[in-house]
Amino acid sequence: MASEGTYYVPEQSKLPIFCAAAMGVMAFGAASWVIEGGDPFIFLCGLALMTVVMWQWWSLVIDENMQGLADEQLKHSYVLGMLWFIFSEVMFFAAFFGALFYVRFFVNAWIGGEASFGMFDNTPTDAAVANNELLWTGYERQWPVMETPDQAVNGESALFKGPDRSMSLPLWEYPVSQWLSKLYTLLPWLPLWNTVILLTSSFTVHVAHNGLKAGDRAVFLRYLGITVMLGFLFLGLQVAEYYEAYAHYGLTLESGIYGTTFFMLTGFHGAHVTLGTVMLLIQLVRGMKGQFSQDDQFGFEAASWYWHFVDVVWLGLFLVVYIFG
Amino acid sequence: MAHGPAKGLGRWLFTTNHKDIGTLYLLFSFAMFLLGGAFAMIIRAELFQPGMQLIEPEFFIQMTTMHGLVMVFGAIMPAFVGLANWMIPLMIGAPDMALPRMNNLSFWILPFAFAILVSTLFMEGGGPNFGWTFYAPLSTTYAPDSVNYFIFSMHIMGASSIMGSINIIATVMNMRAPGMTYMKMPLFVWTWLITAFLLVAVMPVLAGAVTMMLMDINFGTSFFNAAGGGDPVLFQHVFWFFGHPEVYIIILPAFGVVSQIIPTYSRKPLFGYSSMVYATAAIAFLSFVVWAHHMFTVGMPIAGELYFMYATMLIAVPTGVKVFNWITTMYRGALTYETPMLFSIAFVILFTFGGFTGLMLSVAAADIQYHDTYFVVAHFHYVMVAGAVFSGTAAVYYWLPKWCGRMYDETMGKVQFWVAFIAFNITFMPQHFLGLAGMPRRYSDYGLQFTDWNMVSSVGAFLYGGAQLLLLYNIVRTVKYGQLIDDPKVWEGAIGLEWLVPTPAPYHTFVKPPVIKEGAVGAEEWLIDETPSYASYKTVTDAG
Ligand SMILES: [Cu+2]
Repeated sequence: MASEGTYYVPEQSKLPIFCAAAMGVMAFGAASWVIEGGDPFIFLCGLALMTVVMWQWWSLVIDENMQGLADEQLKHSYVLGMLWFIFSEVMFFAAFFGALFYVRFFVNAWIGGEASFGMFDNTPTDAAVANNELLWTGYERQWPVMETPDQAVNGESALFKGPDRSMSLPLWEYPVSQWLSKLYTLLPWLPLWNTVILLTSSFTVHVAHNGLKAGDRAVFLRYLGITVMLGFLFLGLQVAEYYEAYAHYGLTLESGIYGTTFFMLTGFHGAHVTLGTVMLLIQLVRGMKGQFSQDDQFGFEAASWYWHFVDVVWLGLFLVVYIFG
Repeated sequence: MAHGPAKGLGRWLFTTNHKDIGTLYLLFSFAMFLLGGAFAMIIRAELFQPGMQLIEPEFFIQMTTMHGLVMVFGAIMPAFVGLANWMIPLMIGAPDMALPRMNNLSFWILPFAFAILVSTLFMEGGGPNFGWTFYAPLSTTYAPDSVNYFIFSMHIMGASSIMGSINIIATVMNMRAPGMTYMKMPLFVWTWLITAFLLVAVMPVLAGAVTMMLMDINFGTSFFNAAGGGDPVLFQHVFWFFGHPEVYIIILPAFGVVSQIIPTYSRKPLFGYSSMVYATAAIAFLSFVVWAHHMFTVGMPIAGELYFMYATMLIAVPTGVKVFNWITTMYRGALTYETPMLFSIAFVILFTFGGFTGLMLSVAAADIQYHDTYFVVAHFHYVMVAGAVFSGTAAVYYWLPKWCGRMYDETMGKVQFWVAFIAFNITFMPQHFLGLAGMPRRYSDYGLQFTDWNMVSSVGAFLYGGAQLLLLYNIVRTVKYGQLIDDPKVWEGAIGLEWLVPTPAPYHTFVKPPVIKEGAVGAEEWLIDETPSYASYKTVTDAG
């Protein structure tokens, strides 16, 4: 609730309209870039402008905060802003998780001529039967989709060719009785290591936060530094995984719906990890400059919430894309 | 902060003031309204007679597409955001929006986004030609190159909406004056809080939908391509998961406006305030779980059809609560019929009518007949135009005197109302008949048997377009030459914090938050405990 007339309403600012212009130029530039024969020049101009504007904007906000202009109420506005922003990000991922769920459990069955969940009975609908008999003859329901409907019909001349190998849990290839003896197959399985890394980093960022709150700058900086390093390590492993997929698994964006959902979900997650790592890195630099105090640390807190969010998304990915993928 | 507006163009480009930004939103949305209206005029002119007279079919479908996109994203949504910017801080006793610079950013993205969108009309291959719902594969496999511009303009438009909504949520949750509890907030604030929540929840899903399109078109993914194991119907699911809440995003603030206006001219508090709040929340919740009622003919399993049918019908219950409350508010009130009230009453009647045709459409078995006909077009224009646009117009007449300190001409207001009301019904009532008779939507030509009603509809459409020019005239005339007023209350029966600040509203209001008394909701006394100091406003305005 409002305190007595202290809420800081900033003066006029040139930053927002330049930011809007940068977004406009980036949008226009990106569109002209993806169209055949396009080049990234306009987009990069927009990006450059955006970088400058963002830099200035955050510097301004930090300056204002250092001057004590931001009271508790304004800080609470920032908190709300960040939390609802993270909520919007959750919904963005929900769209892609939802798409994965729908194609895996509904579309895949219907193209294969089967019933999906069979709420009332398990008879395939006429549409599903016709789908399989007339359009995608010979396609069999499967997940991961290793042979696309396109391949089932067109064989070698198919546009969408399924991958040679999927990214899912290696143990699925063996009967349960052999799992114990095959545990070693998990060792080179990168997603497991990525999970360990991200979980650890969520823990270290928490330790850093505790250190900050306790006024222990050394702990704060050390653990935040470790977190940032783990972020980069995760990204490195993700790049290695993508390389493996493209070079050895025949798994690409174009290899049907499995490649589509795999790369889009993990790709957007990777993009968010990148953003989160950069955010934490900036907080680390700010921390080294001594810009945080025991009770004033919103920039860092916001970045750490974002980091936890990215971590939770990964757990979802790990379950539905990798383990049960 | 004790200063007035800056001089010159810079005031509008760099402003952080919620009133300036509200004005910008309103002006922009009105410009888009006229542009989208011009597209509609082209559509109706072509449909005046069967056969092709004025334009090519390729251009016709671009017009229907752009009409929808511009009206939904450019006219109606920004109009209500403009009203939110102007009124929410005034209504809850806040000095401004919670994040004023981001507020400015949210607005200024829009001109860029729409410049990109409209420029597609001049590109090789033409603009978007796949309907405002941009179903795949029309919008992917068969789309012109300009679809990429459409996609990215939707991205930044969505960013604008999300930032705008986060700002509104933060303002309402964090900036209420002491004593302004949630259940004392004016209904307009409540409906906007819930709308903002819907926006933050579904605009990212829309971003996801256009991103999937982008990937399918340019990077070889197969979200919407069955050959790779995807499904064009997936697009419809993702789109309508956004699209259905979107219609409530448009109509909930309209509910809020009407819930402010009807009590004023009934000189009675709103009937059933808390049930209004709960009904709004219930509608918002239900809006997430009914999306596939737009897809009854796409080939869903019978269980899906039944579920989405019953869930959709359920929405009639909270909506009925609202209509009941508006009517009961008027019941035995001391009613007067100023222009905002006329528009609000017309809203209640015509929106309810549109709600009923919505119920008809929700019957899965019957929808197979109605689907993609002019019946659907008529239905959603009753809720979008007689709903959202009428309520937006009512809001402008209602608050314009508070904004500019001048009174509009009541006679001219009433003339505009009656022209709009009659023309609206001439335009869209016949479209029900056309649809039931089987005329499909989005076609540039039609069978001879549809001629008469199409002619009537086109005449009505041009009249309705004229009514909007009359509105423009009324607004300009009021702002420039309207009779000066200085009564803070403006309307005899008006209740709320916005009616306690001077008229016209000073550049900065509630720099020091007022304290709200304990007491019954809607009663006049609850509003002031510690009157905001008018002397300080005087100095503020003088200094400016
Ligand atoms: Cu709907």
